[in-house]
Amino acid sequence: MPLWTYRGLKGGIKTAPWPIAALSTMPGLPEPIVESCPPGCEQCAMSCPTAAITVDQQLTLDQGACVGCNLCVEVCPSSVLVAPPRLARAVENRDDLRRRSGVEPGQPRLHPKGDARRLRKSLFIRHVDAGSCNGCESEIGALDNIYYNLHRFGIFFTPSPRFADVLLVTGPVTNPMYEPLLATYEAMPKPNFVVATGVCAISGGTNGGGDYARQGLGGILPVDLWVPGCPPHPAVIIDALLGLMGRQR
Amino acid sequence: MRPCDEFIIDDPGELGDILAQLAADPSAPPRTYNRLQAIWARQVGDDIELSYLASAAIGEPFRLWRCRVSPGAEVPSLSPIVALAGSYEREVRDLYGIDFAGALDRRSLIFHHAKASGAPSQDQQVPIAPSAPTIVESPDLQLLRFGPVRADVVESARFAFSYAGEGIIHLETQLFYKYRGMEKLFEGTTPMMGSILAERVSGVDSVAHAFAFALACERAAGTEVPERAQQLRVLLAELERIYNHLHYFGLLAKLTTLKVGDAEGHYLEELAKQANASLTGSRFLRGLITPGGLRRDLDVSALEPVLVDLEERVQGYLGTLNGTRSYLDRIETTGVLETHVALAQGATGPIERASGLDRDLRRDHPYGGYDRYQFVVPDASAGDARARALIREEELFASFAIVQQILKRLDHGPIRVPFEAASLTGEAEGLGWVEGTRGTLIYAVYLEDGRLARVKIKEPSFSNWRVFPYTVDGTNMMDYAINEASFGLSLAGNDR
Repeated sequence: MPLWTYRGLKGGIKTAPWPIAALSTMPGLPEPIVESCPPGCEQCAMSCPTAAITVDQQLTLDQGACVGCNLCVEVCPSSVLVAPPRLARAVENRDDLRRRSGVEPGQPRLHPKGDARRLRKSLFIRHVDAGSCNGCESEIGALDNIYYNLHRFGIFFTPSPRFADVLLVTGPVTNPMYEPLLATYEAMPKPNFVVATGVCAISGGTNGGGDYARQGLGGILPVDLWVPGCPPHPAVIIDALLGLMGRQR
Repeated sequence: MRPCDEFIIDDPGELGDILAQLAADPSAPPRTYNRLQAIWARQVGDDIELSYLASAAIGEPFRLWRCRVSPGAEVPSLSPIVALAGSYEREVRDLYGIDFAGALDRRSLIFHHAKASGAPSQDQQVPIAPSAPTIVESPDLQLLRFGPVRADVVESARFAFSYAGEGIIHLETQLFYKYRGMEKLFEGTTPMMGSILAERVSGVDSVAHAFAFALACERAAGTEVPERAQQLRVLLAELERIYNHLHYFGLLAKLTTLKVGDAEGHYLEELAKQANASLTGSRFLRGLITPGGLRRDLDVSALEPVLVDLEERVQGYLGTLNGTRSYLDRIETTGVLETHVALAQGATGPIERASGLDRDLRRDHPYGGYDRYQFVVPDASAGDARARALIREEELFASFAIVQQILKRLDHGPIRVPFEAASLTGEAEGLGWVEGTRGTLIYAVYLEDGRLARVKIKEPSFSNWRVFPYTVDGTNMMDYAINEASFGLSLAGNDR
């Protein structure tokens, strides 16, 4: 329709250049920055809705369980925990999400596995909602908008798992979604990647556990990437997918 | 305003008589009050207490009937007289094992997959049979089952279409693939933690859920929230409506194959989400609303120019959309929901307002300070996808207007009072309601010694998913996706 064509042309290019500034400006998940906890203080651990914080020898905050509610930052009496203006990025090893003070966040060490190097140029994703709150779906859906414009990287969503290189899973895996999830994985050609997207898919978050849902993908599927956040910012998901392709900056 | 008039019923046998007054008289004009809103149960000692909540006329308190029954008792079903009761009764039966005598539909609602995954049934007295969907079969019909993993980035649910060529004879929905037992996860936590959980029931309705939950807790504890917090809560609620409605128009444009309209609509949604993020740090406006007020103050000084610019863009966009014949052709007469069906099956929010039921909790039962703002509640009677889009369009501009009113006279002062749940000894309960993006959202909260003992969520999508199939049978495949999008449903909210 000419009217819309004109409108589109007049609007100009709206796609944000990559890397998007949000990666280093949006408030991220809290992390311990200094080791100055008063002895015996466990206020942060007590305040956490997902038991992401353990105070043992050292304060450890598991960003794979953190929903970013910042209750811990509010109760911390000695400014040990802060939410830096930096989005938490995806990691290959689950342990790298367990953050301690003084330890720099391990840069995601991503190595395309097997002969997956051929995936450098294009990636097809099958998304499966295994019981999310739909916050993750909203952000994954946003990847296709013209601002993030996922297509420019050669990354596409595909309806059929037969054509998919990546299984992008959200949600803690509810009982009725367990078998459909496995069936989808089995239908994918090898080599493939499994990306646990969002806290629910990593550890269950606030919504996992209980009688009706599991606690994320651990032990269910071989996860290649863990994408923290509740929900993860679209920029973090793009960053993770580029990591899979060996194209991360 | 009193929140609720309560009636205690001793003999469950009386339920039918008393609640018969809720049944709509088919010859009378549709009325939006005295309408069943929810049925839920909770454990009280060895007994089970059933609660029946009905809406009331404008400004009147809601009405709540309570009935305590022993686990094996015979409770008459309301579904033969009030159709929408069926869904709630099936849920109560699944979760509390109460058998409703005379129920029209005795299939399991939540645990239809029970056999496949060995779903737990720890407090069940009634054995739950995995239920097959009702499927219309005939050698002349094709059967299309799809889901729960569906095409595109969408939520999980299963559908079975019986169709002949293009025409859909029957649609059967099987939901609750995302059942996480959210109501149960609240139990035993503090109200403070509860607000974090409420935000994660349905992500795109985070504010509505946290708001309704906080209102319920505050009513239980008798807490008065400071003025500035009330204003900022309304601001957040309207910002949520804005980004949700913009998403909705982007999706409608996508499904009516307007490539640029799709791009522009979702771009506007992105701008709204970015405005959310720069205001609150969260694109979903999370982490603010809590019982007692807001967790921190907001600096709204930069918001006004952003929203003025956004509103101007939205006007231009919707103006062009409404002047596009191909778009209008696809949504006019698509998925018609008749007024009497909307009434009988319990449609809510923009869906009921598009079908001639003029009802909006913000205006009719003001909460959280909504009575101080002037806004238009649109209504339409065509009941098609076009009417639903028109309602959302006017609501969008009403939201911009409310936000401007708040920004013009925002009070200074405290944003939180201590919420003394811990000092509450014994039992307390409260009802909180909001008109969310998708309709009437109600939280019934029961506190015991400062902790949450039972939380019931009446979700708007639960109501509208019941209604939706009535607009599908007898239509055609080409219209299905547009029709589903025009309902704007949340599965996470429905399933909980």
